[in-house]
Amino acid sequence: MNRKYTLLIYTENHVGLLNRISIIFTRHKVNIESLNTSPSMEEGVHSFVITVNTSLAQAEHLRKAIEKQVEVLKAFLYEEKQVIPMEVALFKISTANLKSGNALEKLIRESSARIITVEPEFLVIEKTGTQSDIQDFLRQLSDFDVREFIQSGRVIVTRPMGKLKDYLLELEKQEEE
Amino acid sequence: MENKFNITGAEAITLALIEEGVDTVFGYPGGNNLPVYDSFYTHEKEIRHVLVRHEQGAVHAAEGYASANRRVGVCMVTSGPGATNLLTGIADAQLDSVPIVCITGQVVKPQLGYDAFQETDVVGFSMPVTKWNYQITSASEIASVMAKAFYIARSGRPGPVLLDITKDAQTQIIEKFEYKKCTKIRSYHPKLKPSETSVNEAATLLNNAQRPLMIVGHGVLLSGCQDEVKELAEKLDMPVASTLLGLSSVENDNPLFAGMVGLHGNYAANMMTNRCDVLLAVGMRFSDRVIGNPEKYATQAAVIHIEIDPSEVGKIISPAVGIVSDAKSALQKILPLIRKSSHISWLNQMREFQAKENETVINENLSKLRMGKAVRVVSEKKSGSTAVVADVGQNQMASARYFSFQPGDSIITSGGLGTMGFALPASIGAAYTKKFQNVVCIMGDGGFQMTIEELGTIMQYKLPVKILLLNNNYLGMIRQLQDLYYNSHYYFGEMQNPDFVKIVEAYGIKAEKVDNLEALEPAVKRMMDYNGAYFLEVRVEKQENIYPVIPSGKAVDEMLLTPNN
Ligand SMILES: Cc1ncc(C[n+]2csc(CCOP(=O)(O)OP(=O)(O)O)c2C)c(N)n1
Ligand SMILES: [Mg+2]
Repeated sequence: MNRKYTLLIYTENHVGLLNRISIIFTRHKVNIESLNTSPSMEEGVHSFVITVNTSLAQAEHLRKAIEKQVEVLKAFLYEEKQVIPMEVALFKISTANLKSGNALEKLIRESSARIITVEPEFLVIEKTGTQSDIQDFLRQLSDFDVREFIQSGRVIVTRPMGKLKDYLLELEKQEEE
Repeated sequence: MENKFNITGAEAITLALIEEGVDTVFGYPGGNNLPVYDSFYTHEKEIRHVLVRHEQGAVHAAEGYASANRRVGVCMVTSGPGATNLLTGIADAQLDSVPIVCITGQVVKPQLGYDAFQETDVVGFSMPVTKWNYQITSASEIASVMAKAFYIARSGRPGPVLLDITKDAQTQIIEKFEYKKCTKIRSYHPKLKPSETSVNEAATLLNNAQRPLMIVGHGVLLSGCQDEVKELAEKLDMPVASTLLGLSSVENDNPLFAGMVGLHGNYAANMMTNRCDVLLAVGMRFSDRVIGNPEKYATQAAVIHIEIDPSEVGKIISPAVGIVSDAKSALQKILPLIRKSSHISWLNQMREFQAKENETVINENLSKLRMGKAVRVVSEKKSGSTAVVADVGQNQMASARYFSFQPGDSIITSGGLGTMGFALPASIGAAYTKKFQNVVCIMGDGGFQMTIEELGTIMQYKLPVKILLLNNNYLGMIRQLQDLYYNSHYYFGEMQNPDFVKIVEAYGIKAEKVDNLEALEPAVKRMMDYNGAYFLEVRVEKQENIYPVIPSGKAVDEMLLTPNN
């Protein structure tokens, strides 16, 4: 059965690694639903958060194929219930909307969104939430003529308490001299 | 090595190769690797450069060298078409875990991405088929990157590494060149220790087994645990079957040897796979050519899978016990826990299967001018250690089935990719290692014409390669498939061939042809006794099919011995 899975991948920061990882998905004909890359807590270690819709067996196979790459330190696979996900979205709306009543301000307040800048012509709203929070908010904004909408990839915090450092130490211990 | 001062990047590449113990480089020059050639020129005594006739030849020769020597093979070519010509061999090495380092020249850094003459994105297109690759654009990177390349190629599950080096990096001056071998990469854990629990569980299963079977793969040879395999098999009185690439890990006349598994493997090995109660798989990956229908594969058995690459464990077959480790370490840990056993009736069952295959298939093949007969005669007439470098097709299956591998012998062939044309250049690589008294290259008439130009390399360097051409005037394996699955519509299976003997003679290589059974033995003897390269064409039966066979989609124990059974 296909479900949403999130891969959290820690890598060396190396040119071409994104390609090396993404072609693994291409080869298995699995679509990347969302992708986020950023530096991690550990010096020189980069993290990728990738979400896919696929079967558990396929997701685990992908995880292993990714972890096999020389410059991947560790790849973890999570089901939805094991992660706390967040995404960020930005919306550009004409400033004129503010002048014609307080409906927009009310919606922003109630949706825990915020205005991050107001320019003479347009304003930018930021909304942080899950994929569905953001989609709901976008729908509610439909009366206000959204000019631009963009959404980040997913970032996650995971429920297990392990630290990357501990996992890496554990691996080191398993290594043969 | 002492530090070197004010040397070019090209010189640094050469010194790095010497430092890694490379004595032979298979290559082809072009505009974007000439600086390295110029450096080779001054190091002729330390590094031998072998000029092949096509870059595909260079990479297969590097593979042949690596497999024969258990060392990293190296090839060096130019950018653009030189680089694209490598691709088949790199993919081949990736699937068969062959340690090679491929060095490609590249246009100068400022031209990268601007479609300069002979620029191709070799790092991009080789990414899916390399264990690791990297583009060097500055001479200062050469030392550390080359050290890393050799370490990655040879460690853990070996594989191909490609280094793309821009021409400006080859000509830049390095003020201080310091070379340190790489022994560790933070993100890479090539050799994990077998877990104690899994070792104990495996030993318990093996000690309690009534019908144990071991299948050995390429990993046994890569980790060099032939002795441990033998000791374990003898202690447990356990039959040993082998994959194509594992064939030379057990002497084939050992009474415990059950033969080759898979599509055209031996009857006993396949039947016993679906009858054993414990299946110990060592350094193999359950390829589809080995297991037939995966749903019906060894479902009755508790599978123990010893494998160095964690991504292989559970990939195709879910084992009862998975041991992620180098084969040798795992077997060394298991051995002391094993009790001596005996399995007389199980081994008798094996002999019955073997007798049946002998009666219905093997004896007949040995009584006619067929591929199996020709291979068997070579096997009997050779003296001393022999590398059998087999191509792809029916000739490959005949080589695997009818050569009797003895300690010191080795099979070198393209397993995972099934690359026609592999054998001739690979036998050149094997010949350079001087690890074997004989290098015998066995090919079909189709595959021979895919890399036939490497006869030039054999001629130029006077390499004592014995070429056995099994000529059926057909793309035989294709004809067999058309026979079995396409109503014998032999469409484009038959070939109009040239006079091979004349071609080979034009290269100054001794050549002869045999077209009757009586002439076979003396001809093989002449070939094996000859001091130098020799070409023997055997006109085998045109329409022979390789049996037994596991029909497509069937289980390993549904193997057919003859077309009607
Ligand atoms: C490069 C390549 N192209 C196509 C194939 C498909 N193929 C597999 S076996 C075979 C026929 C080989 O003919 P030949 O070399 O004469 O060997 P034979 O089977 O007759 O012994 C072909 C075309 C292949 N394995 N490799
Ligand atoms: Mg043929």
